[in-house]
Amino acid sequence: MRDSLRLPTSPGLWRSPLRGTRFTSVLGLVLLVGIVVVFVTGLLSYAAYNPDLAPVNDKTPGKGLLGFYLFSWPTDPYWLYRLTQGVHVTLGITLIPVLLAKLWSVVPKLFELPPVRSVAHGLERLSLVLLVGGGLFEFTTGVLNVQLDYLFPGSFYPLHFYGAWVFFAAFFAHAALKVPTALRTVRRMRAGEQADGGEESTPPDPDPPTVSRRGALGFVAGGSLLLFATTAGRSFDGLRGTALLAPHGGAEPGSGPNGFQINKTAAYAGIRTADTAADSWRLTVTGRGGTVRLSHAELDGLARHSADLPIACVEGWSTSDQRWRGVRLRDLAALVGHDGDPPDVLVESLQTHGAFRHAALRANQVADPRSLLALYVNGARLSPDHGYPARIIVPAAPGVLNTKWVARLTFGRP
Amino acid sequence: MDRRNLLRDPRAALHRIRVPRVLRLPLGSPLQVALLICSFALAAYAGVRLLDGDWLGVTVWIAGAALLHDLVLVPLYSAADRALLAAAGAMGQRARVGYVRVPAALSLLLLLVWFPLISGMTDTRYRSATGVPPDAFLPHWLLITAALFGGSALLLAGSVLRERRTTKRRRPSP
Repeated sequence: MRDSLRLPTSPGLWRSPLRGTRFTSVLGLVLLVGIVVVFVTGLLSYAAYNPDLAPVNDKTPGKGLLGFYLFSWPTDPYWLYRLTQGVHVTLGITLIPVLLAKLWSVVPKLFELPPVRSVAHGLERLSLVLLVGGGLFEFTTGVLNVQLDYLFPGSFYPLHFYGAWVFFAAFFAHAALKVPTALRTVRRMRAGEQADGGEESTPPDPDPPTVSRRGALGFVAGGSLLLFATTAGRSFDGLRGTALLAPHGGAEPGSGPNGFQINKTAAYAGIRTADTAADSWRLTVTGRGGTVRLSHAELDGLARHSADLPIACVEGWSTSDQRWRGVRLRDLAALVGHDGDPPDVLVESLQTHGAFRHAALRANQVADPRSLLALYVNGARLSPDHGYPARIIVPAAPGVLNTKWVARLTFGRP
Repeated sequence: MDRRNLLRDPRAALHRIRVPRVLRLPLGSPLQVALLICSFALAAYAGVRLLDGDWLGVTVWIAGAALLHDLVLVPLYSAADRALLAAAGAMGQRARVGYVRVPAALSLLLLLVWFPLISGMTDTRYRSATGVPPDAFLPHWLLITAALFGGSALLLAGSVLRERRTTKRRRPSP
């Protein structure tokens, strides 16, 4: 065996003829575009929570300048979060084969000798620890979180948010240093130039090829396509059956008006039937004009409106539009003295646990005529799992801000 | 050098300071150095926040992810691939190894990404949170694996048939 005496530091150990600047360049440019999109949609997702509105919305209060870009999350277009978060998660999953292939293609560089040729070279290698470690950390925490496998050391939100900035810091430096070479290489490949010009660093002792570079890139693309095809359907009710392996893919939890996807069931959230029953449940609404307490019947007596809106989860899945029917949030605000200028609202749920059992909505969300305290969905009473007796539904808001089993609304104090 | 000379020519004095050999490292591109220090500073700004909770756990996860990938996952699949190539080569089937290699890699990729759901390790939480039992993921993965290898076998059979037909056509009829 000719490998028996070789260390990974010996270039002769690495024998795939595929490895080289060209293969790496193509994958690198795909990741450049893909990771920037995933990073930006991730930042948007944080903004969508309106973390600067109220402490209950912010899982990373120590963010400092990393929240420099935050803005009031709009309610238009109403599918905005469904789109941005669907792209964030689905594209992230689709990029996994590209990431793995890219790391494979450069793995011999890890063992390169001498370890440090100059200060710049040493710093670059140090930065690769953050690039590779940070990148794998981000992909791993994301992939585990959507499968509800909370193995990671801490809460998902700070880990994934701060981890993203550490990764991106290394990523932008790496991109700035490598993109010129990658672009030059790909331009040459497209021009069909055979000459390497000294830039193609292939292994010195390659095995005979078993697959062409084009074939290998096709294989990586096939892996991405397979992951995409078995994932993307989880964002559409009609196509959910095609998401064969993704969470919230496959079958719907039920049939009929309340048969669509559930994020957290009533049992999981610790909701007891006795607390939501007609004789015990009351909705407490507070504002500058005082407090009113509404029973099921009294709430049913208020003017009812409809809105067709999706549920879109931070985990990347979403439902198609459901027809919600209930009382406008701005009408409830008017009931307690906020007529014409609805303020922010703090929403409290009956939930005994869960990170978002309290959540704040901004004035622009309260004012939108499609923002409802929903009592019905698709023509039927809400089921316990969808928030009976009343839940919030707000256009373009992340799923967790659409609080279920609402018990209290406090206007003007988010 | 006496004190008077030193004052007259401080640069010469500077040259006299002995720099240990290890520290005599060329700087490399200044642009690269500036860019990387900028990157480290930003990473540190986010990093102190990332490490604010379980700093040891997070460090182990980040370093562990890189090490596990580079020192375990890559060697493992490279060795498996080399073994497969050697086994195919021993039977003179090296050119057709892709028909096994590709479906195997795709199937393992799906297993790697969706392992928690396929293995059922989050069964209880998934079932109680979503109201749907995650029982379907393992059978789905098995069926996709069957389809991948089945499709590959079909393609191979097709290509073998085509090859035979062309060789027959080339041969003159008796």
